[in-house]
Amino acid sequence: MNDIVVTRKRFAAGKIGELRNLGLVAVLVALAVVGAVTKPDQFLRVDNVVLILTLSSIIGVITVGMTFVIIGGGIDLSVGAVVALSTVWATTKATQSYGIGGIVFCALAVGVGAGLVSGLLIAYGRLVAFIGTLAMLASARGLAIQLSQGKTQTVTFKNQSLVDLGYKKSYVLGIPPLVIIFVVVAVIGWFLLNRTTFGRRTFAIGGNPEAARLAGIDVRRHTLLLYVLSGLCCGIASVMLIILTSSGTSANGNLYELDAIAAVIIGGTLLSGGRGTLVGSVLGVLVFTTISDLFTLNNLSTAVQQITKGLIIVVAVLIQRRAAAERTSP
Amino acid sequence: MTGLNRRTLLAGASALGAAALASACTSNVDGPPPAPQGGAQNSANAEPGKKVKVGFAGPQADHGWLNAINTNARTEARRYTDVELVITEGSNDAATQASQIDSLINQKVDVLVVLPADGKQMTPAGRKAMDAGIPVINLDRIFDSAQSYRTWIGGDNYRMGLNAGNYLGKVLNGKGSVIELAGIDTLELTTQRTQGFDDALKNFPGIRKVGRAAAEFNVQTGQSRMAELLQAYPQFDAMWNHDDDQGIGALQAIAQAGRTGFVMVGGAGSKAAMEQIKSDSSVLKATVLYPPTMAASAIRLARLLGQAKGMGDLAEQEIPASVTLSSAVVTKDNVDQYLPFSFE
Repeated sequence: MNDIVVTRKRFAAGKIGELRNLGLVAVLVALAVVGAVTKPDQFLRVDNVVLILTLSSIIGVITVGMTFVIIGGGIDLSVGAVVALSTVWATTKATQSYGIGGIVFCALAVGVGAGLVSGLLIAYGRLVAFIGTLAMLASARGLAIQLSQGKTQTVTFKNQSLVDLGYKKSYVLGIPPLVIIFVVVAVIGWFLLNRTTFGRRTFAIGGNPEAARLAGIDVRRHTLLLYVLSGLCCGIASVMLIILTSSGTSANGNLYELDAIAAVIIGGTLLSGGRGTLVGSVLGVLVFTTISDLFTLNNLSTAVQQITKGLIIVVAVLIQRRAAAERTSP
Repeated sequence: MTGLNRRTLLAGASALGAAALASACTSNVDGPPPAPQGGAQNSANAEPGKKVKVGFAGPQADHGWLNAINTNARTEARRYTDVELVITEGSNDAATQASQIDSLINQKVDVLVVLPADGKQMTPAGRKAMDAGIPVINLDRIFDSAQSYRTWIGGDNYRMGLNAGNYLGKVLNGKGSVIELAGIDTLELTTQRTQGFDDALKNFPGIRKVGRAAAEFNVQTGQSRMAELLQAYPQFDAMWNHDDDQGIGALQAIAQAGRTGFVMVGGAGSKAAMEQIKSDSSVLKATVLYPPTMAASAIRLARLLGQAKGMGDLAEQEIPASVTLSSAVVTKDNVDQYLPFSFE
């Protein structure tokens, strides 16, 4: 019965969420128009769209995990550091001697393991999520530097077929495998969030953990699972990063946490949890990547790019808030 | 109770598994690296002399080049029986590095080698050591005041850009379009490299720099910015990439896009880059050095300073106050000469 109440609440929130998404779609369309006007020959081309999607795919997968954590009332600051550790661990000479299976397994295991540790600290150790994942951020990055000794580890010739997945010959119907992974993760994430008990519980504990507990949800176990999920997404993203760059380094994933959180927030998810949409987060990622693409196409300086990025975050959030306000006050 | 036991057991088992995995997969050992045999081993100065205690404070080795700096310093010190090297844990934080320098002063080292995380911020720390009677060798990132160091040795970012630009100008016969993949735009060294590159291109009125992006010295951003640049410029004749580490990502992007038909020049001089230049297997045809062997040279200078000797091949009685390294262009023709000094 409690699940029903929660479901109804979620649907109400979902409507507003959809309108917020419309705001983001408008931003995306506006960016596309700017691109089409300033660089008509290069921007509106299939390979440019494929490029934007490819560059979105890695941070996109991380953002899917981050969306779950934030809707569940938490935050995961460790994603960038976990990606660094995961890519480094998966590309050490010892791991690479186990072949591609070893690389993929190691990357996923490190991600899940890090998520498990953060989740245990936060759910059962009663650490504030901000602190728990901040600790993970510091130690995972440190461990990555120690393991790699500061070196950039490249994928060996024996495992080259993993890197081949990033090349044109591996495209399926013109779509890069990385984009397919991103779409699959996003679709599974959407289904998990919107069509399963797991998703309903995520909204419930993010909205009001005490009420969720009284309704019989094992809040601690669920919280643990959310961080494991985020860790798994980091692991998947690490494999993708190894495919894209053919290397692992402790400098990987720098400031990913901020990129992912920014995408989730402009996607209309409440930072305090309990409300949000996965579609919005994905759109948020696309907006950021399109901006970057647009600026490089027009050969604008990094300084201008950063100023504009800041402005666009503010504008996107203002548009969404207006859309949401119009919906709620008839 | 049984449930609890089962759980404890499970947790224990998974912890064991994780530990086993950890020990199996963290190893990176591939035999000891060959000791670099640098320059001319000067006969008279190579003789063991007075024992010198050298302190070394550097930034955190979170980048291939910085890591090579530490390795070079360590390896070089081990080659001299009369050098004792005291090395601090690298830090990028100005306050931490300042306290590390303090601690080296308290340990009464004979000579101090400092590669500051930020030259300007570390100026007072260098001055403190000089005031305590410890000569300071300032490595690469220069202090603000000449009173803070005895000798500066480092690379030349402006000349690096200059050499890259002049090399490309010659390769292109003074005609064509080039793009530039820079490092971190907020760092002065990036501005200097770009300035040098632009100044060199002015020598060739037929060459136009059409695009530039900053790839943040990072493999992944190197891939992303390069992929975008390739999209933006369907045709260009040459490119300069400031850093071979980000170049790994850039070369991936080029391979992924299946692009050829232009010449790429790298920067810094990593092993991976030099091997590609040697095998002539990609668009990468040259790299402009920013040699980390400067750390080995700094250790040598520190030793000579500690023993009050001059530099063998100079007529001067004293070690010079400033040593600027040249930024050689490594191509297929001379790569064998530089490969032993490349960094991973």
